[in-house]
Formats: sequence, C-alpha cells, structure tokens
Amino acid sequence: MNSVILKAGTRYLAGLLLVFSVYMLLRGHNEPGGGFIGGLIGATGFVLYAVAVGTADARAALRVEPQSIAMVGLGIALLAGLLAALFGQPFFTGQWLFLGATETDKGLPLSTVLVFDVGVYLVVFGAILTLVFAMEEEI
Amino acid sequence: MSWLLAVPIAIPFATAVFAFLLRNGAAGRWVSVAGSAALLAASAVLMQAVLAEGVVAGQMGSWPAPFGITLVADLLSAVMVVITAIIALAVSVYALADIGPAEERLGYHALFQVLIAGVTGAFLTGDLFNLYVWFEVMLISSFGLLVLGGRAEQIDGGVKYVALNLVSTILFLTGIGLLYGMTGTLNMADLSIAVDGADQGLLTVVAMLFMIAFGVKAAVFPLFFWLPAAYHTPAFSVSAVFAGLLTKVGVYALIRMFTLVFDHDTGLTHTILLWVACLTMVTGVLGAAAQGDMRRILSFHIVSQIGYMVLGLALLTPLAIVGAVFYLVHHIIVKANLFLIAGVADRLTGGTALSRIGGLYASAPLLAALFLVPAFSLAGFPPLSGFWAKFLLVKAALEIEGWVIAAVALAVGLLTIYSMTKIWAQAFWEPHPEGREPRLSDLPAGQRWAMLAPIMALAALTVFIGLFPEPFVAFAERAAAQLLDPTDYVETVLGDRG
Repeated sequence: MNSVILKAGTRYLAGLLLVFSVYMLLRGHNEPGGGFIGGLIGATGFVLYAVAVGTADARAALRVEPQSIAMVGLGIALLAGLLAALFGQPFFTGQWLFLGATETDKGLPLSTVLVFDVGVYLVVFGAILTLVFAMEEEI
Repeated sequence: MSWLLAVPIAIPFATAVFAFLLRNGAAGRWVSVAGSAALLAASAVLMQAVLAEGVVAGQMGSWPAPFGITLVADLLSAVMVVITAIIALAVSVYALADIGPAEERLGYHALFQVLIAGVTGAFLTGDLFNLYVWFEVMLISSFGLLVLGGRAEQIDGGVKYVALNLVSTILFLTGIGLLYGMTGTLNMADLSIAVDGADQGLLTVVAMLFMIAFGVKAAVFPLFFWLPAAYHTPAFSVSAVFAGLLTKVGVYALIRMFTLVFDHDTGLTHTILLWVACLTMVTGVLGAAAQGDMRRILSFHIVSQIGYMVLGLALLTPLAIVGAVFYLVHHIIVKANLFLIAGVADRLTGGTALSRIGGLYASAPLLAALFLVPAFSLAGFPPLSGFWAKFLLVKAALEIEGWVIAAVALAVGLLTIYSMTKIWAQAFWEPHPEGREPRLSDLPAGQRWAMLAPIMALAALTVFIGLFPEPFVAFAERAAAQLLDPTDYVETVLGDRG
C-alpha cells in the first residue's frame, strides 16, 4: 500500500503501540493485561508498519526472525517454570523477590511469574508476526 | 514427586527450542534425537516410580487439587508415556534420513517435539481443561507438520483434518463448560466424586458430548473420515508418528473419562460404545480392502484397529480392559513401524501406489522380512504381539457370551490379513512394473541404517512382546485394576487437600 497519511501516522503509532504493549505486560501483574494481550498489541505495531511500508522493511526493522522470537519466548516461559527446581518446589511454583522490603512496605515485588509472562509476550508477538508476514507476502 | 511428572513434558519443549534455533545446520536433528533419548530415560524413571509406589501425582505451581493443575500418572499413563518416548526416539532417528534440509529449515524438528510434548502432556494431566490445552498443542503442531512442504494434496488433507478436529474441540469445550457448571470442578479425580450428586440425565448428555469429541480424535465410526484423507500426504516420519500416537490419545481420553467419570449409566453409554466399536472395526477394514495405496490401506487399518481398543472399553469387564490396554501398547508399536517401512518401500521403488511398485521381495528380502513382523502382528498371527491382544479381547467377549462381538472381531482379523496380503503380493512379490530392482544397498549407508535401525528395534519389540507376553499381560492386569477401581487414583490426587 502506498499512502502518505498511513506512513506518516505509522511513524508515531508503531512506537506508541510498542511502548503501550510493555505497559500492558507489566500492568498485567495485578490488573487486567499481561503477556498475551501485551504481545498482541506489540505485534500490532509491527503489523501496521508492515502494511504501511512493506514486509521487507518490517522484517529489517525487527532484525530477528519472528519464528525465533516465538521459540525463545517458549524457552523463557519454560525456564520460569524450571526455576522452581532450584528451591525444591514443584514445577511452575512462583518464586518471589521483594526488592527493598521493610516491615511496613512490601517493596518492589519481582517474580518468576513475570518472567513467564515475558515468555508469553514473546511467543504471542513472534507467532502473530510469523503468520501476518507470511500472509502479507503471499498477497 | 512432582518433578517426575513435569520433566517428561519439559524435555520435549526444551528440545523444540534448541532444535529450532539450530535448524539451519545438521545440529538440529541430533538435538531432536538426544531430546527423544532423554525423554525415554525420564519416562523410564517415571514408570519405575509408578510400579514401585502406585499412582503418582504432583500439584503444579504448588496450587493444591482441585484448584490447580494436577499431573498424575497411574500405570496406564506411565506406559503410554514410555511408549510415546519409544516412538519419538524411533521416528527422530528415522527422520535423520527421511527429512530434508528444506523441511528442517521450516522447523520440522521443533514442531515434532512440540507434538510429542502435547502427547505426553495429554497422558499425564489430571485436569480436564488442561487436557483440552494439550489437545490444542497437538492440533497446532500436527497441522504444521501435515502441511510442511505445501503441496496441494497436503493442504487439502490438512484443511479436512483441522476442520473436523475443530468441531471436536468445540464439542469438547462445550462439554467442559457444562460439566463445570454442574459440578464446579474440572479436576478429573474430583469430578469422579462430584458427578455422583449431579443430575444424572444431564450428565448422560455431557457424556455423549465427550464421546463425540474424543470419538473424532480417536477416529471411530462414523467420525473417522478425516484420517484417511490426511494421513497419506505428509512425510513418512510424520505419518508414522501420527499413526502411532495421535488417535491413541483420543482412545486414552475415552478410556480415562469413561472409567473414571462417566460410569453412572454404563447400560447406555457403553452399549453405544460397543456398537461404535464393532462398526469401526468393520468399516475400517472394508475401507482398507478397497484401497490401492500402501499408506491409504494402512490408514484405514488404524481406524479398524481403534475399534478393538474401544471394544475393550465398551465391554468394561476386567479382562476386556486388560485387552484394551495391551492392544494400545501393541498397536502403537506395530502401526508406527508399518508406516516407517512404507517409507523405505517408497524410497526404493519410487511410490506407494501398489499398481506402480513391486519386486521388493526378490531384491530387498530384509525389508520383506521386516514387513512381515508388524503386518502379521497387526492381523493377529501367533506368536506376535497382536495375537495376544486379539486373544484377550475375544476371550473377554466370549466370557460375557457376546458371540456376535467375538465373531466380528475374528472376521475383521481375517479381512486384515486380506489387505496385508494385497500389499505383500503387489509391493513385494510381483516384479516391478518398470523392471526396476530396488535394493537396500542403493541407499547411502548412513541413511540406510538411520531408516532400518528403528524399524528393526520396533519389530524386535513386537516379537519380544509376542514371545514373552506374561509380564506385559500381568502389567495390563494391574493397569486395568487401577482403572476399574480408581480409589487409589482419587486419593493420591486429592490427598494433599487435608
């Protein structure tokens, strides 16, 4: 597609969508959101870019093959589950670290649950882009 | 305990990741072989634990049953995981010769390992919704494998395959939703208690939904037509692992649900299963008789053999369940092996259409001998594994004076021999129509052994089970006892609830 308006709009929108997707990923911890929806939104950014300027440029901007991103995501999600083994607990038991916790304040909670969600984000992001790029190139 | 159950699922996933990242070189295929070997080791450890301690259960993420996802292995689950690992190893070695670099670059090994993860997950889960998730994992990866290569007939078979399996998925989900609404739980062990207080009429309706959903997966009459439409199109490694494992997950799910949860009205549900089983056996074998392509004949035989396993479940006597469990194990080995052999025959003679190939007996006698073992076993010749499997089931039918059922089972065995003879006569005995003399030595040595070693190992296993059936029957008896009296299963899963 060759549309100046779309191209100009995409320049802002694609970046916004990517930032928003990370926000959704992190927000999902206690509120609606999470890796799945974050991955979808992130993929939308690149889909928009691919529609505006073509898949070849979108692939170049992504730098890595989307399939590989999805598989690395699968590996990260798996690793999040396997980490429980280090603490002698069942598969996928969440491990928590409260940064700067005091008696009254929980501090910043970090967990393997977040690592798992990052994995999900990458799986969804990579899988959607694999499909969309393939279909865009088919047309 | 719980890691024993999680590792057989985690290994194929990890293997898939590494195999995919290394897909552009030769390393990927060896990662796949190593992963399958590791899976076999892990499943052997699991089997040992189940043999020693009875049912093993683990609560994933430390969420207690029935709230979290429980993985649980009784003897049936354990043996299915072991056999899955055996087939995975055999097929990943075979794939060294069968799968070309083009398919590898598209991610064949990763898809294959994800499929294996889906199969082991389905065998190990104790949660109904989680079972649905594993079915989806299998469906997605198997669709990828089916259309890898992108030939028109592959897409054609793949679309039929996915369309019908989606119908099954929707029915499965509907059933899950209704069951959850009625009982408030999806943990299978918890369900087996909770359904006692439910509306029995509605429960029968739900049971029917599950029967159709799993029936599509298992390819029983009249829901089997997606199978012969799809299984003859992909690479031979792919159709071998499909033929060995995929439909058997459906049979496993039927056996699990209709012994553990839906045993409230066996007069209705298991009578329907009995009819379905007999019709599946007959239509499958008649369909096979009408085909003229090696892989299509073998595909229809899967359908007919599924009938025997469902028959064991339908009769629901201790001996019949023993027969069904024994049949499952025997069938997976034999069927995967026949497809692997068809792959070698294709490589040597240039096709699988029986009218266009031939001459294998004269020029490749080793392959002919290797074909005879699973072919005779499938038809039920003594002293091979199929004989004992059929013997147990026919004996179970006679015990409850089901003369007609026994007669059908025997007649179908006879017809199986008929179509095996057809393959034997046209592919092996008759000379090649173009006068070719296909020899095994035509293949490069590395490829030859990558293909023949798994075939030989599986054939040896068939002969071994046939010659020494006693420990296997004793094992099947223990597995059947667990299925018919699930107290141990239920207590182990829910035990931690306190």
